[in-house]
Amino acid sequence: MTPDIGSGPPPAPPGRARAAPQSGGGGASWRHELGEEGARGALIAFVATVVFVGVAVWLVLSSDTWPDVQQQFFNPEDFRESWPDVLGGFWLDIKMFVIAEVLILAFGLLVAVVRSLRGPAFFPLRALSVIYIDLFRGIPILLILFLLGFGVPALQLPGVPNDPLFWGVTSLVLSYAAYTAEVYRSGIDSVHESQRAAARSLGLTQWQTLRFAIVPQAIRNVVPALLNGLVSLQKDVALVSVLGVREAVREAEIYKSRTFNYTSFVAATVLFLLASIPLARLTDWYTRRERQRRGQVVA
Amino acid sequence: MTADPTSPPLLKVSGVHKSFGAKVVLQGVDLEVAPHGVVCLIGPSGCGKSTLLRCINLLEPLDAGLIELDGERISGKGINANAVRRRVGIVFQSFNLFPHLSVLDNVTLGPRRVRKVPRRQAEERAREVLDRFGLGDKVDDYPDRLSGGQQQRAAIARAIVGDPELLLLDEVTSALDPELVGEVLTVIRDLAAGGMTMVLATHEMGFARDVADQVCFLHEGRVLEAGPPAQILKDPQEARTRQFLARVIAAGRL
Ligand SMILES: Nc1ncnc2c1ncn2[C@@H]1O[C@H](COP(=O)(O)OP(=O)(O)OP(=O)(O)O)[C@@H](O)[C@H]1O
Ligand SMILES: [Mg+2]
Repeated sequence: MTPDIGSGPPPAPPGRARAAPQSGGGGASWRHELGEEGARGALIAFVATVVFVGVAVWLVLSSDTWPDVQQQFFNPEDFRESWPDVLGGFWLDIKMFVIAEVLILAFGLLVAVVRSLRGPAFFPLRALSVIYIDLFRGIPILLILFLLGFGVPALQLPGVPNDPLFWGVTSLVLSYAAYTAEVYRSGIDSVHESQRAAARSLGLTQWQTLRFAIVPQAIRNVVPALLNGLVSLQKDVALVSVLGVREAVREAEIYKSRTFNYTSFVAATVLFLLASIPLARLTDWYTRRERQRRGQVVA
Repeated sequence: MTADPTSPPLLKVSGVHKSFGAKVVLQGVDLEVAPHGVVCLIGPSGCGKSTLLRCINLLEPLDAGLIELDGERISGKGINANAVRRRVGIVFQSFNLFPHLSVLDNVTLGPRRVRKVPRRQAEERAREVLDRFGLGDKVDDYPDRLSGGQQQRAAIARAIVGDPELLLLDEVTSALDPELVGEVLTVIRDLAAGGMTMVLATHEMGFARDVADQVCFLHEGRVLEAGPPAQILKDPQEARTRQFLARVIAAGRL
C-alpha cells in the first residue's frame, strides 16, 4: 500500500479546479482521440469478449469433470441452503469492517500527526509512534490475530475482555492503522514546507498548524491510497474467522464441514465481490476525477 | 506618517549570526527600525535577506545575537514564539496562501484560531481589509482562481488583519508578472502611508527610493551600508554597493 503522491513544490498547489478546460488542453485532446476510436473500439471489445467468454464456458462445461465441479461448487440447492447463514455472517463482516475502518482512519491519523511533530520535547511520542508502526507493519495480521485473539484471553487478566470479536477487530485496527499512518505521513510530507511557515507565521501553534493548514491538504493528497486500504480491509475482515467469529467465511466453513460441499464458499465469494467491486470503482472514479482536476490546474 | 528618528526603535537587531550547517549566512547583522519607519533590505541574491526576515519572525532560530521588539527581547530562550508572531506579520515571495481555504478563510484563520476572535467579527474585519485591497469580490474564491497580484494582496491582508506592530515583506513582487507588480506596490505604499512599520527585502530599487526611510545594503552577512535612499542609491560610499547598484541599473531595475 504505497501511495503514489506527486510532491512537487507548490507554485501550483493542488486546489479547486480552475475554470472550464480550454479546448486543445492536454486532457481534452486525450479524450478527443478516444472519441474517434470509440465506436469501433467498443465493437471490437464486445466481440472479443463474447468470443473469449464463449470459448471458456464451452471448454469448462464440456469437460469430463464439470459435473463433479458443479456438484461440489455450484450446487443450487446447497447455495440456497447455506445462503441465509452466510449472509448473516456477512452482515457481521460489514459491521466489523465499518467499525474497524473508522477506528483505523482516526488512529492512523493520530499516529501520523504525532510522528510529524517537531522539537525535542516530542521525541518520546515520536519514537513511540515509530516503534508502533515498525512493529505492526512487520507482523502478519494472522499472527497478530493469534497473539491477541488466543494469547491475551489465555492470560485470563481481570477486566480484559476475552471476546474473539473484540480481539479480532482490535487486531485489524492495530495492523491497518500502522499502514494507514504511513499513508497519512506521506501526505503530510507532500505538503510544502512553506505552508508550515505561513501557518506558524500567523502565530498558530504546531498542533493548530497541522490541524488547520497541513492535514487537510495532506488528506486530500492521499484519498486514493486510503480508498485502496478500504478495499483491502473489506476482504481482510474475513481473517477474523480464525478466531471462531461466525462471520461469512466461518459460516461457509461450518456448512462445508456439515455437508462436504463447497458451494457455501462460493456464496461467500459472491457476497465479498458484490461489496468490493463498488468500492474499487469508487476508487477509480475518484482517482480519475482528481487527475483531471490537477491536470486542469497545471495546464 | 513618517518615521520618528528620535523615539526608541521599534525593532532592534544586534549582532545576529545565522548559519545553515557549514554555510554562514548572517554574521553580525545590526539593524534599527523606528516606529512607522520603512526599511528596505537590498543586496544580491543569496546575501541573506530572506534569512534575516525569517529570523525576525522567529521562523529560524538565531545562532547568536539579539532581537528586540519595542524594547522587549524576543529572541533566544524562554520566548513564546507564537506570542511574538502575533505582533509581527510576514509576507512571502510565493504568497503561501492555503490552497484549501477560501480567501476569506485564509485571512480569518489567524484571528479566529490564535486570538479567538468570534467568526462573525473576524469575517467582518477581514472583509474590511480585503475591500480596502480591492479584493471585495474575491472573498469566497480559492487562491488558485486568483491572479498572482490578487494572491499577493490577499497574503498581505492575511498578514496585517491582526494589526501587527511590524510587517516583514520578502520580495513580495518578484514572483509576479511585471504588469501585476504595480497593484501590490500600491497596497504597500498605502500601508506605509498609514504608518505601518515595515522591513522589506526588495529588488525594486525605484520602489525602495519612493517608500523607504532607510535602505540597508546587505553583504557577506552584514549590513555593509545603510542610509536614506537618496544617499545609498545615488551616492553609495562602499565599492560593493556601487558594484551591486551598477548591476541593478544594467538590468534596468532602477
Ligand atoms: N533552510 C536552509 N538550509 C540551508 N541553506 C539555506 C537555507 N535557507 C537559506 N539558505 C542559504 O542561505 C543563503 C541566503 O539565503 P536567503 O534566502 O536568505 O538569501 P536572499 O538574500 O533572500 O536571496 P534572494 O534574493 O535570492 O531571495 C543562500 O545561500 C541559501 O542557499
Ligand atoms: Mg529571498
